[in-house]
Amino acid sequence: MVWQLNLILLLFVLICAIASITVKDLLSSAIIFGVYSFFMCLLWAEMGSVDVAFTEASVGAGVSTIFFIVAILKTTRRSKD
Amino acid sequence: MISPFEDVIIQTVCRILIPFIQLYGLYVIAHGHSSPGGGFQGGVILGASFILLCLSYDLQEIKKRLSQRANVIFLSVGVIIYAGIGIVCLLLGGNYLDYSWLRQILPVDPVEARSIGIFGIEVGVGVTVMAVMISIFLDLASEEEQKGS
Repeated sequence: MVWQLNLILLLFVLICAIASITVKDLLSSAIIFGVYSFFMCLLWAEMGSVDVAFTEASVGAGVSTIFFIVAILKTTRRSKD
Repeated sequence: MISPFEDVIIQTVCRILIPFIQLYGLYVIAHGHSSPGGGFQGGVILGASFILLCLSYDLQEIKKRLSQRANVIFLSVGVIIYAGIGIVCLLLGGNYLDYSWLRQILPVDPVEARSIGIFGIEVGVGVTVMAVMISIFLDLASEEEQKGS
């Protein structure tokens, strides 16, 4: 466990989380949320919890991003507020 | 909603890639009790391979390969495998999902019986999760054709 790598990954996680809720385009928001999930997966894998990282990579970064994109395609792409 | 389109690069790459994704999903399920992974992750990977098929072709392709009725049957069979192994252990005299009691009907020692029992559980979970992922995606992606039924 290298704390410098942990810190960098945590920084990326924070940047992705803030960007995902501030961006106006919902499709970009869904993609950035997938990136957030992937950095979360890297963080967990680096901390030694491989099983949780595997679940995050397959569910968070894979399938849930597809579900978000399909839901956005069914509704509107621009955020109202 | 997902309109059919013809792109020879996407379709060829996905057609070559999907069997390997499914093989990897089966590997994750089969090695779930001795390495990272398991029924849930393997089931999600198997479901994602069908979603990739649906994205690269169109919605009718996945209904040709795996009909809605077969999907519901898969969904139920997984739950039945899970609950059935537990109830078999219950009937043999142990607790629910106490796999070591499976040694009475299998010609193996208790340690091997535990390994076989947890493998059966992983298979059940994987089949159910695969069917649920495909079902959620089809419900989200298909248009008004199901609104009447």
